[in-house]
Amino acid sequence: MATTDAPITNGINYPDWEDRYYHVDQVLDNPGPRTDPDSFMAGDGVKNFLRNQCKILVIGAGGLGCEILANLALSGFKDIHVIDMDTIDISNLNRQFLFRSKDVGQPKATVAAEYIMKRVPGVKVTPYYGKIQDKDDDYYMQFNLVICGLDSVEARRWINATLVNLVDPENPESLKPLIDGGTEGFKGQARVILPTITSCYECSLDMLNKPTTFPICTIANTPRLPEHCIEWASVLEWPKVKGDMKLDTDDPEHIQWLYSVALERAQEFKIEGVTWSLTQGVVKNIIPAIASTNAIIAASCCNEAFKIATSSAAYLNNYFMLIGTESVYSHTFEHEKRNDCPVCGGESLEVSISESWTVERLIEMLVEKQDIQIKKPSLSTPTKQIYFQAPPQLEVATRPNLEKKVSELVPDGGDVTVTATTLPFSLSLRITYT
Amino acid sequence: MIKIWSMKKNEEAAAKRKPKTSAAQIRVQKDLTELDLPSTMVTHFPNPADLLNFTLTITPDEGMYKGGAFIFSFVINMNYPHEPPKVKCTQTIYHPNVDLEGNVCLNILREDWKPVLNLNSVMVGLQYLFLEPNADDPLNKDAAEELRRNREQFIYNVKHSMRGGYVKGVQYANVLT
Repeated sequence: MATTDAPITNGINYPDWEDRYYHVDQVLDNPGPRTDPDSFMAGDGVKNFLRNQCKILVIGAGGLGCEILANLALSGFKDIHVIDMDTIDISNLNRQFLFRSKDVGQPKATVAAEYIMKRVPGVKVTPYYGKIQDKDDDYYMQFNLVICGLDSVEARRWINATLVNLVDPENPESLKPLIDGGTEGFKGQARVILPTITSCYECSLDMLNKPTTFPICTIANTPRLPEHCIEWASVLEWPKVKGDMKLDTDDPEHIQWLYSVALERAQEFKIEGVTWSLTQGVVKNIIPAIASTNAIIAASCCNEAFKIATSSAAYLNNYFMLIGTESVYSHTFEHEKRNDCPVCGGESLEVSISESWTVERLIEMLVEKQDIQIKKPSLSTPTKQIYFQAPPQLEVATRPNLEKKVSELVPDGGDVTVTATTLPFSLSLRITYT
Repeated sequence: MIKIWSMKKNEEAAAKRKPKTSAAQIRVQKDLTELDLPSTMVTHFPNPADLLNFTLTITPDEGMYKGGAFIFSFVINMNYPHEPPKVKCTQTIYHPNVDLEGNVCLNILREDWKPVLNLNSVMVGLQYLFLEPNADDPLNKDAAEELRRNREQFIYNVKHSMRGGYVKGVQYANVLT
């Protein structure tokens, strides 16, 4: 607990004052029954890693992100990066407490980073205002841990697949634990994903609540709810009246148009309750965010990050769910990895072939291979089709490739995706030439 | 000195970045290459390299829509199969479950979509609409009303509409093959 040799953290030489981390140190200074005997380095070892070496990425600086950033900074993480593609909206200010009214319109990542650095001295927060898809594998490779506080399924699928693909069996450093938090009103979940080891985000895709949709015929003929009128305006009337113009749910004028059309329809059917904010809520699929749910889930995520970074206690295995809709209920269970998961379940095969091999020869080899038992495989690279068994038009279009050399279509070390009815999902081949 | 070194590093990073096949792309490949369609359904890809945009032509070989060729556009986004494909009829047709803009009322395209369903199930579902038009889920109210009230008149309207005729002041597309 000495304050003397102040650690140099990321170029900021900021001394930790005496007893700064008194409470955190209670679990770091001595091993206990729950510490991992193999990796826990009680005292300076673990403290040095947490405070001087560990680099953590926070994805999302919104409702969950603000809480996560504050929790991480206060528990002793000092090199934090944050990505968010959004700017601050006035409606965020009730719960995204790193933002003030003067910040409206500014990038969330930048404002959040500045606030944390001002408030918690010695912590370096590096913001990136943009999309997670802008960054490449090398960028993600630099972190020890990734925490997500996202609101989109698409972004989660992307980062999950990216971290799974990053895993190189020869390099233990390439395995980046992913902690995913999510909230929806009074419900939430926190989970720990060890890419390729535990079940991944894609494995659990079928557990998702799908957004509420109404049968299109109900919307068209027998509306009973204000939501039916709003869906009528957005699904049927918008394309009819506006033609090819794309509906921008962030454009107030578009929402206004939908609102007035929906309101008119509601009056026709004597339905009450169509409001501007309901219109926006329905078309943007907004579920009211609850600050306390965010706080609970963010705390759980950061607790897991702390345990994984320090080995001071066993981490979550692997899914924690919170249901606060009727009293407070929570449940922790192990979500199982799916063998037929399109992201982490597919088999991967290294194939070394001669440069003179044709596509046909490669397919024959796959069919003959006893251990994989493929029938009628279809092959593609990330950018083009190599050979498709169906539908007929694509079979004809890709048939000339059968005669071509594999080496003309796939670079050395390139990936080929194979699908076939006999495979649970797909098989990934890495082709090298001899 | 430092700058040159860091630039070299960036070049290496760029070279290492290889395109990846997304889960949605693999799933579409799997769905398409395992399509098992009867001779009454044919897919067409305007750009064979683009698997996410194509059309399906249904030519029913029985029922009241026999003799017509009905073309549906399929648009698949990167969130497939979490989200269903977007399907529209490209012609103006007289059908109780298809409106004049081409919207289709098929439960598995909206409220009952699940990721375990695939493109084959959607296509079979669409074909079923031509064998058994459903008056209980109307999108074209006049057509549904006619089907319920007077089946023979409805069949007559279908035949007439398929030739490009007018039904109740609306001209329908000629879909005869």
